[in-house]
Amino acid sequence: MFGKLSLEAIPYHEPILVMTALVMALGGLVVVGALTYFKKWKWLWTEWITSVDHKKLGIMYFLVALVMLLRGFADAIMMRTQQALAAGGSEGYLPPEHYDQIFTAHGVIMIFFVAMPMVIGLMNLVVPLQIGARDVAFPFMNNLSFWLFVAGVALTMISLLIGEYGKTGWLAYSPLSGIKYSPGVGVDYWIWGLQISGIGTTLTGINFFVTILKMRTKGMKLFRMPIFTWTSLCANILIIASFPILTATIALLTLDRYLGMHFFTNDMGGNMMMYVNLIWAWGHPEVYILILPAFGVFSEVIATFAKKRLFGYNTMVWATACITILSFVVWLHHFFTMGAGANVNAFFGIATMIIAIPTGVKIFNWLFTMYRGRLEFTSPVLWTLGFIITFTIGGMTGVMLAVPGANFVLHNSLFVIAHFHNVIIGGVVFGMLAGLTYWFPKAFGFTLDEKWGKRSFWCWIIGFYLAFMPLYILSFMGAVRRMQSYANADWQPLMIVAWVGAVLILCGIVCTVIQFIVSIRDREKNADITGDPWDARTLEWSTSSPAPFYNFAHLPNVGSVDAFWEAKKEKGMAADKPTQYEDIHMPKNTVAGPIIGLISIVFGFALVWHIWWLAGVGAIGMFVAFLMRVFNDDIDYYVPAAEVERIEREHHKRLEMQA
Amino acid sequence: MRMKKNLGWLGILPLIAVLLSGCDGALVDPKGQIGVELKSLIITAFWLMMIVVIPVIVMTVVFAWKYRHSNHAAKYMPDWAHSNKIEAVVWLVPCVIILFLGIITWKTSHSLDPHKPIESDAETMEVEVVALDWKWLFIYPEQGIATVNEVAMPVDVPVHFRVTSASVMNSFFIPTLGSQIYAMAGMDNDVYLVANEEGVYDGKSSNYSGEGFSEMTFDAHAMSQDDFDAWVDKVGQSSETLSYDGSYQELAEPSTDHPVEYFSDVTSDLYRDIVESFHGGNGEGGHDGGHGETSMSAEAAE
Repeated sequence: MFGKLSLEAIPYHEPILVMTALVMALGGLVVVGALTYFKKWKWLWTEWITSVDHKKLGIMYFLVALVMLLRGFADAIMMRTQQALAAGGSEGYLPPEHYDQIFTAHGVIMIFFVAMPMVIGLMNLVVPLQIGARDVAFPFMNNLSFWLFVAGVALTMISLLIGEYGKTGWLAYSPLSGIKYSPGVGVDYWIWGLQISGIGTTLTGINFFVTILKMRTKGMKLFRMPIFTWTSLCANILIIASFPILTATIALLTLDRYLGMHFFTNDMGGNMMMYVNLIWAWGHPEVYILILPAFGVFSEVIATFAKKRLFGYNTMVWATACITILSFVVWLHHFFTMGAGANVNAFFGIATMIIAIPTGVKIFNWLFTMYRGRLEFTSPVLWTLGFIITFTIGGMTGVMLAVPGANFVLHNSLFVIAHFHNVIIGGVVFGMLAGLTYWFPKAFGFTLDEKWGKRSFWCWIIGFYLAFMPLYILSFMGAVRRMQSYANADWQPLMIVAWVGAVLILCGIVCTVIQFIVSIRDREKNADITGDPWDARTLEWSTSSPAPFYNFAHLPNVGSVDAFWEAKKEKGMAADKPTQYEDIHMPKNTVAGPIIGLISIVFGFALVWHIWWLAGVGAIGMFVAFLMRVFNDDIDYYVPAAEVERIEREHHKRLEMQA
Repeated sequence: MRMKKNLGWLGILPLIAVLLSGCDGALVDPKGQIGVELKSLIITAFWLMMIVVIPVIVMTVVFAWKYRHSNHAAKYMPDWAHSNKIEAVVWLVPCVIILFLGIITWKTSHSLDPHKPIESDAETMEVEVVALDWKWLFIYPEQGIATVNEVAMPVDVPVHFRVTSASVMNSFFIPTLGSQIYAMAGMDNDVYLVANEEGVYDGKSSNYSGEGFSEMTFDAHAMSQDDFDAWVDKVGQSSETLSYDGSYQELAEPSTDHPVEYFSDVTSDLYRDIVESFHGGNGEGGHDGGHGETSMSAEAAE
């Protein structure tokens, strides 16, 4: 009846987990209570859960990402604390059983459930506005993607309280992740969490690829697209090309675990080297899926706040395209030590280094955008400057790792950990926080508090250097990754420094939370009346803040890369009042998206615990919900011109009042 | 401004400090020829990269400060966005550096290929390494002995480590001596290393392999030829012996923080048997299953 599930699966004897459960339950109760008290359930359902509005989906992606950042960071600080304690014979406070789950969960959560939703959330919020579209190409699919992603998050969180999570590392290398060496349900949670959210990501990739290619406004040729849209296009091409590899690889691992097949096990012709190759054939493009949109954010931010055209727009685009293509021919650099021949290693090493060329060019282009500009030191600019310096160092250590000879001693050491946090925190996290601050007014109609934003920046950047520079040094002393304890007590002082760094990063996160609270309190004072608080350059700033649900009353016409900027310079104020409005065609909300997402949680949970009848019910449920959506013709409507006029009039009235 | 300058240094200083001052670290103070060459390769790559990294950090700070919003003395050209000269330089400089680094990479990938024998007057010694859950088995086919979690070698004698696993993937790594190599079940991998100075060096698995991973360490002893011969004798006096169908199966059972063990006699095909046990078609393999007919009959005999 309940498969492998029994009361034994609930970790009521683990005080940390019981406390976590209590806090989560309490938090849940408060939210439910507040929603009921303020009678907000209907609002939540119609305005958010069933919404197909790309801006709202973008906000929800970011919200979930920020919540998961707290979870992933809790894992991080627990690991740092363990390593600060467990030296020279001490076992610390986390036994391997826990420590191994924590570093696995930390990696999975930070990549799949923090970095990815931040990137996808930002693309959702910004891309349609930047290309002058009213929504994405497939609005229902966009909602479905989000809820499949949430299902993956939910399964991962459930594993905390029912059963266990994988103890295999974030990429679950086989044969360790096979049924023989990981008989528990941890790897199964990993499998279904990633499989379900991964399908959501693939759908997002298709959606935005089509949106960018087909839904650009009049006059916006490819080489007139803002750089953030360009980098998003490339990231989505990478998603379309690489996520199916992940889906297939996990499916093969599933067959190994559930049906006793031997694709990646030790026997019957199974080959673990195939697993490592396949997972990195997805894994390497994945890091570019994360970093390219961050590059886009920095390009927008630096041009806006330097009050200057982006230096070398064409070069920027071509450099992005080069990186996109090259990211597919370098995956072997993740395992030079597997024992491939010298020719193979040399090829992949050199291919990896070649990526440094277009990346270096991009860095110089940002520098020359500042050159002869008028740079305002806002918090997005601080994130950008911090990024340029940090990412350059991270890029350097990356190239060092790409030299196979050097890699033979640096591989699997803390050098690798320091390197990828160097580029992911310095690149992706800084980029997303810059993007969050930059586009926040477009989403909510008021700007974020600068003082707390800057405090957050200083905590993050100093914390980052304190937390990760010691790891580089430790790697030279022979420290490897994923150690629950270590005998060499000489390493402990540096481990403690790293712990202090992590605490400073915590301060940075707290500053961001305070920043939100303070900004919401001061929302009237910081209101963005004009829709263009930064005197920016791209189309999203030509509409009001928060953007109306239809984005643009009239679809703009674009004559150059910086059309909005030029229009402002010519006419003074860009927002000239149109005399006539027209009906606007918009998609209707969807019930199917959240329903399918919800059932997919049940489906995944049933498969994790081998509750076959429930899995069957779940599969049929999803299919029926999908069919009902397919046969539903009532999916769109027209916003009457009068309604558009009313909304636009209000905006113009506010503008005049301010003037 | 002052803060930002500090930042740049924060980034480089630890690396420079470590690479130059030579603190007491495994990679900084290598004790074998391969390790020495790898260290110099890392330093070369580091300084080549510095040709770009240092100007970038300086330019970031200088440009940001000079072209700050409040500095009206600085030139402001809002529409200036292209310069063929600058474009040429920013493409050319990275290209040239990567060209150099690429040539170095090609050469060192071949000269430092882990599979490549080390040239030496001394004859290369064979050691067979098996990663077990969670300990290391070392078999000396020429001496007919075996050890667990301790390996010894004479100085200046190249050692050919043949590396496999009887469990999940591990990586055989003695940081002070140089290159690591993956240990994988059913695969016969190898790495050549040499110790040029006497000493006891930490050895470990660098590839996470499960619960006992952190304690999956061993001592690598580099000693004079005489001491080595004495060590072989010492191991040879152990009362324990190792055979695939016998004591090996027991040894292969998972254990954590396993003590050093000596075996005075080893069946000559043990390493081959372990590798081949994963090539059978019976879906069993590994330490808790048999390896075909022989083990089945052995179990039956017991």
